Amino acid sequence: MIDWILLLSNAAQEIISPTTAAYALAALGLAIHFGFTGLLNFGQAGFMMLGAYGFAIATLTFEWPVWAAMLTGVVASIVFALILGIPTLRLRADYLAIVTIAAAEIVRLLFTTNTFEPVTGSANGLQGYKGGFEALNPIPPGTYGFGPWVYNEYDWWVRIFGWSLVAIAAFVTWRLFKSPWGRVIKGIREDEDAVRALGKNVYFYKMQSLILGGVFGALAGMIFILPRAVVPSNYQTSLTFFIYAILLLGGAATVFGPIIGSVIFWVLLSFFSGFVARAVEVGWLPFLSNVQAGQLRFILVGIAIMLIVIYRPQGIFGNKKELAFVK
Amino acid sequence: MAHAASRPHPRRAHRRFAAVLLAGLVGLLTLSVSAPAAANEVGLDDYDFKISGLVELADEPLADVLLVIEGGGFRVEVESGEDGRWAVGIPEKGDYTVTLDENTLPEGIAVIDPEDETPNVREITVGQSGSAVANFFIGQGERNTTSLFDQIVERIFNGLNFGLLLALAAIGLSLVFGTTGLSNFAHAELVTFGGLMTLLFGVVLGLPIWLAIPIALILSAGLGYVNDAALWKPLRRRGVGLIPMMIVSIGLSLAVRYIFQMFVGGDTQQLPGATDTTLSIGLFGLSWTDVASMGISVLVLLGVAYFLLRTRIGKATRAVSDNPALAAASGIDVDRVIRIVWVMAGALAGLSGILWAYFRPGVSWDMGFQILLLTFAAVTLGGLGTAFGALVGALIVGLFVEISTLVIPSDMKYVGALVILILVLLVRPQGILGRKERIG
Amino acid sequence: MSSSAGAQGAPIKSTGLHIGEPAPGVKKVDPIIVADNITRTFGGLTAVQVEHLEIPRGAITALIGPNGAGKTTLFNLLTGFDKPDTGEWTFDGQGISGIPAFKVARKGQVRTFQLTKALGLLTVLDNMKLGAKGQSGESLARALFPWFWSKQEKQIEERAIELLTRFKLDAKKDDYAASLSGGQRKLLEMARALMSEPSLVMLDEPMAGVNPALTQSLLDHILDLKTQGMTVLFVEHDMHMVRHIADWVVVMAEGRVVAEGDPHEVMANPAVIDAYLGSHHDEDLGNLDTGVMNAIKELADDDADDDKR
Ligand SMILES: Nc1ncnc2c1ncn2[C@@H]1O[C@H](COP(=O)(O)OP(=O)(O)OP(=O)(O)O)[C@@H](O)[C@H]1O
Ligand SMILES: [Mg+2]
Repeated sequence: MIDWILLLSNAAQEIISPTTAAYALAALGLAIHFGFTGLLNFGQAGFMMLGAYGFAIATLTFEWPVWAAMLTGVVASIVFALILGIPTLRLRADYLAIVTIAAAEIVRLLFTTNTFEPVTGSANGLQGYKGGFEALNPIPPGTYGFGPWVYNEYDWWVRIFGWSLVAIAAFVTWRLFKSPWGRVIKGIREDEDAVRALGKNVYFYKMQSLILGGVFGALAGMIFILPRAVVPSNYQTSLTFFIYAILLLGGAATVFGPIIGSVIFWVLLSFFSGFVARAVEVGWLPFLSNVQAGQLRFILVGIAIMLIVIYRPQGIFGNKKELAFVK
Repeated sequence: MAHAASRPHPRRAHRRFAAVLLAGLVGLLTLSVSAPAAANEVGLDDYDFKISGLVELADEPLADVLLVIEGGGFRVEVESGEDGRWAVGIPEKGDYTVTLDENTLPEGIAVIDPEDETPNVREITVGQSGSAVANFFIGQGERNTTSLFDQIVERIFNGLNFGLLLALAAIGLSLVFGTTGLSNFAHAELVTFGGLMTLLFGVVLGLPIWLAIPIALILSAGLGYVNDAALWKPLRRRGVGLIPMMIVSIGLSLAVRYIFQMFVGGDTQQLPGATDTTLSIGLFGLSWTDVASMGISVLVLLGVAYFLLRTRIGKATRAVSDNPALAAASGIDVDRVIRIVWVMAGALAGLSGILWAYFRPGVSWDMGFQILLLTFAAVTLGGLGTAFGALVGALIVGLFVEISTLVIPSDMKYVGALVILILVLLVRPQGILGRKERIG
Repeated sequence: MSSSAGAQGAPIKSTGLHIGEPAPGVKKVDPIIVADNITRTFGGLTAVQVEHLEIPRGAITALIGPNGAGKTTLFNLLTGFDKPDTGEWTFDGQGISGIPAFKVARKGQVRTFQLTKALGLLTVLDNMKLGAKGQSGESLARALFPWFWSKQEKQIEERAIELLTRFKLDAKKDDYAASLSGGQRKLLEMARALMSEPSLVMLDEPMAGVNPALTQSLLDHILDLKTQGMTVLFVEHDMHMVRHIADWVVVMAEGRVVAEGDPHEVMANPAVIDAYLGSHHDEDLGNLDTGVMNAIKELADDDADDDKR
């Protein structure tokens, strides 16, 4: 029989899981790009990848301390944003979409190729970079928690660290979009020529937005690899699409939408995947194999994206009037 | 160094690549850079550290080769998977030996390296990164004789072939963009669909290939029609904006791609004649399938050109691309034009998928998605929305991808094309044949 | 050069703006813009080909001409939204050819667009605030710390509300601009441009689509700008308006300046009639839109009215 308690408790774990935090932060970055500025960044996976690899390579190859390793990831994402932004931010919105998606693939191929294997670990990725981060853990060894949320000291440390970053990023975003800076950014989303005619350096603001959201993506990439290894195949374009699904779910032009969107997304996905997998095991779905059950989540995410965009473009929390799609 | 097999060692990565390149092999199979992880894996969940690798024969993955990994009193066996990859979990860092069991290689093949007496045995160290790689690239000696000139000519032919099939997909994408403004990410699935249907009728149902291909094309055209009728036309009616439509197409692409995978699984399957070495024309590594593929592409592209330039409906299509409102005002049935464009885009993409299945070779669930970005690159290079631009862009991308493998490792060949895309946008944002936009 | 506007009755026109006979490219006493040899082609079509043009400071200049004459293109060029093939121009004595649009705006030359660009998903008030220049809170670093900019923000808000009240939009200040009517958007765009305290305001068809009831107040606003010492350059097809408020008229046709002068005199110029009736290309009268014919009729009516007075 299906162990419903287990399914529910697995789903409940997703509420505070570091993966949820990572996706929330990446989606927040994308909200800055897409929701507030109108930049069609389809390369958020690339920013995450640079954050993750920047951190891991700085730790493993250069043996730098944690703060320097994190800084490396952040700097890498800033450089990436500059490389992407300089040619494309002057162009039409759809060019940025194509260039960002292409650039994220370039990054992934560069980390996957055997050519740089000594540094990147090629298709196998990297591991063993967590020592420094572990050493910073102030929590004494042991297991803590209640209900479904019982973890050891490292797992708690990762969660606390991840969600703190999310909280800080959300606060920064909220402050920014209540400021005149945020007003310019939203104006650019609506019509950049009009903003230009008012004497604002649109190009510069777009670049700032691209960098800021990209840095959030890089930090998200670091949170993402703390509970697992860095593997290049995790950073396919579908990662970016998942983040778009989260963003659209929560509301593209909101600060808390991406965070709550991420929680809802992962809780539902975990529950659903768990349910289908168990259902296949106990023979409720004879036409599905276990592997096929695993693919179902992609199909669902795809359909969810379509339905949200068509029927509720403002997301769950967005204001119906302020549905933030670039026209 | 004349021998194909060399010793992979992290410090000697460059040498290894030089050796692989010298082998001068047709890089057809390595096209699938984003191959699904179908590697045979042993004990990855049990242990924190791992050793993995790739077994290739003449640049093609070699399955079912037995490898024995030993070290520190630990021993594990693994067979390479369909994609040639394997991975094992190991309990601790340290020195290991990886032995490739030569008895499990195909008849008459051996691992050779003049500098190494036991080339089938590798000593490797799992260090701080916690993982290590042991790749076996096994070459076939006789291919090494290909001269540089022959290699270049071969690449050019491959590039043309690839560029032409890419053009088929790109023109459809470009026409849809031109007439409706939609950047359709789900175009990739139309490409895959062509390959899958040919597989279904030509292999699973066992129809002769000359019958299977037309059936697949008709079904592809039908799918193009259904795409428009069931989804895009209603969305246009609702007045959904272009960016939301583009995101819808992304969702559609994701869903359909994994529906394909549900049906056909993660493996690659061959169409009749795709890997038949007897079809070689004995020149520049070309086979009759390649020649046929190029011939068909050229004929179809000429047909498309005739359609766009000479027929009434073709002219109407260009008018709609130019200015839909004006075209509608001058009495052109815009919806009909768009419908025809979708049917054409479906058929062209399906054909492109079939040729792509012969070129790679193989049919797989994500084959279209693998070239989606290159298709977009072609369309963008040529100038968004211009059909002839898409053709030029596709040829440039195809040639560039193939020729660049002479100097860069073949697992990075797409990188070059995408970099070129970004560079072209820098100097000529409207694409090669595109026009500037109106401002103000 | 005298100027002032009477709220009721005919506005008082600025005169004595030019030196010598009024002709295309005539010198001005105190030009704010001096342009030389500007050309812009699109493929084979020459959209703008202006040899010499001066815009008088402190006056209201109308730029008229049939559809496709190149007026908007000239606007785009002068404001840095488009790059010319050749040509140089100065604003306030400074060469500004080739500098980007936002820098042109910062120098005090602000424009509006023919197709209104209200920022739909910003409130009317936010639209206005965006127009203000030199906001310290617009820098990313300072935006995070409200104490750097909240005082300035208050002042800007006061000024915005003041302007909105003048444009009778204050009741709408918290609505999204998208909810405004077409005419209200035109007003908002103009008010927003004024937030930056420009010295030259360039309006591309400010009256198009504005309800006649609003027209008069818009005219007053434009006249008001002149009393405040701003220079106005506007494109307009409504000849009533041109005659009513313009101190100087520049006529373009097929990319060239074909006539310049005082509004009354210029309308009688045969080159202008030619330009509007398209005597050079009579084969495509179908292209000639009825708006132009109406404009000509209006002119005739106007003159008849004047004669009666
Ligand atoms: N981006 C462009 N590409 C091609 N042609 C253009 C472009 N912009 C303007 N044109 C052409 O240049 C000519 C001048 O256009 P412009 O918009 O300046 O006219 P206008 O005087 O403002 O007309 P209207 O009174 O109708 O607004 C027209 O023939 C137009 O078709
Ligand atoms: Mg105009």
